[in-house]
Amino acid sequence: MKKWQCVVCGFIYDEAAGMPEDGIAAGTRWEDIPADWACPDCGVAKADFEMAVI
Amino acid sequence: MPQPIVIAGSGLAGYTLAREFRKLDRDTPLLILSRDAAGFYSKPMLSNALSGNRTAESLVMKSAEKMATELNATIRARVDIAMIDPQRRVIELVDGEQIAFRDLVLALGADPIHLPIEGDGAADILSVNDLDDFARFASHLHDAKRIVVLGGGLIGCEFANDLLARGIEPVVIDIAAWPLGRLLPEAAATWFRQQLEAAGVSFRMGVSVTSVARNGGNYHVSLSDGSVLDTDLVLSAVGLRPRIALASAAGLAVNRGIRVDRRLASSQPNIHAIGDCAEVEGLVLPFVMPIMQQARALAATLAGTPTRLNYPAMPVVVKTPACPTVVCPPAPDAQGSWQILGGQDAAAGLEVQFLAPDEKLLGFALLGAATARKQALAAHAPATLA
Repeated sequence: MKKWQCVVCGFIYDEAAGMPEDGIAAGTRWEDIPADWACPDCGVAKADFEMAVI
Repeated sequence: MPQPIVIAGSGLAGYTLAREFRKLDRDTPLLILSRDAAGFYSKPMLSNALSGNRTAESLVMKSAEKMATELNATIRARVDIAMIDPQRRVIELVDGEQIAFRDLVLALGADPIHLPIEGDGAADILSVNDLDDFARFASHLHDAKRIVVLGGGLIGCEFANDLLARGIEPVVIDIAAWPLGRLLPEAAATWFRQQLEAAGVSFRMGVSVTSVARNGGNYHVSLSDGSVLDTDLVLSAVGLRPRIALASAAGLAVNRGIRVDRRLASSQPNIHAIGDCAEVEGLVLPFVMPIMQQARALAATLAGTPTRLNYPAMPVVVKTPACPTVVCPPAPDAQGSWQILGGQDAAAGLEVQFLAPDEKLLGFALLGAATARKQALAAHAPATLA
């Protein structure tokens, strides 16, 4: 399980935790999140996220 | 070679526009002008860098050289624009060099507001509005134990919370009656304040600073109620003023910001404005989410598909770990009232909703654990610019 960080606002997507309140189950891997998903805090596109830590 | 699209400013607005434009157009020359070193960093991270052990160097995610390669753009660091000639479509730098443009995008940002404060220490008051400011601020923190933060708004509260990570005792001062006064109703602000106080932040509300006097290596800060605080450093975070001077001198329509329409077009053809310097239909919104919306719309327009800007509901995240907070403020002219939900159980957080007389949701604020409801509520909040 990895964590990904938004380059713009610092929001971190943690694969282990997912975002259950937004319909993304815990354990959802980054590549399984839809391409049209955007950072919930700032709206940056999925393609512009960067990997933070493993 | 066709004339370039010139982007004046290398902050989030300028670079985000460049990135979105390059997704649509790989070839049109792009020239980005920057007053600073033009490294890419995230301004929202300046007010929570200390708790992440970040330095001015480590906040730079990509150097200007790397950005130039990625964006297939020419990036010029440390240059100042002297004037814009809209008729000739030329900008002139302070050294006299002239640069012709196909389109000019003003992404100039905003200047920190300085309160009129007396005393020989007033000139030492710091504000952190960019990476260079942050480096200066960080260099003063080594010996600091107490810091006075002027301004209890979003940025002031974020800095105060962040300073706790360095073991520094922040005192937040604001003339308003409660923190986050423009964003939160009193009940929510009181809850917010209690969480930050429990973490170590002090608040002096309803007072202003009259003078800052040097006292050896530190300062005496005099307040309007007659009291005096001893402090090692004074940080000002009382708001931003859009940079409009360049546009105004060039004859562009300005108000609080550079006035642009729903296509981000100024009153002069081929000159556009985005980000903290722009006023879109009367709205100046110095947050990241509006910049993303603006950049996507303007990138499409510049790439040949005229596109109107829309704003969805745009909740603002207040990065105060002592009390995580999300606010989606009602429109200034919204009719309704705040309703409080929860708050008895501190662990569950606090939710307040601004409801119209017919119970329609017009705005909300979520504190603590209630922030998990952000997406659910945002889906029902009205668009900011439909």
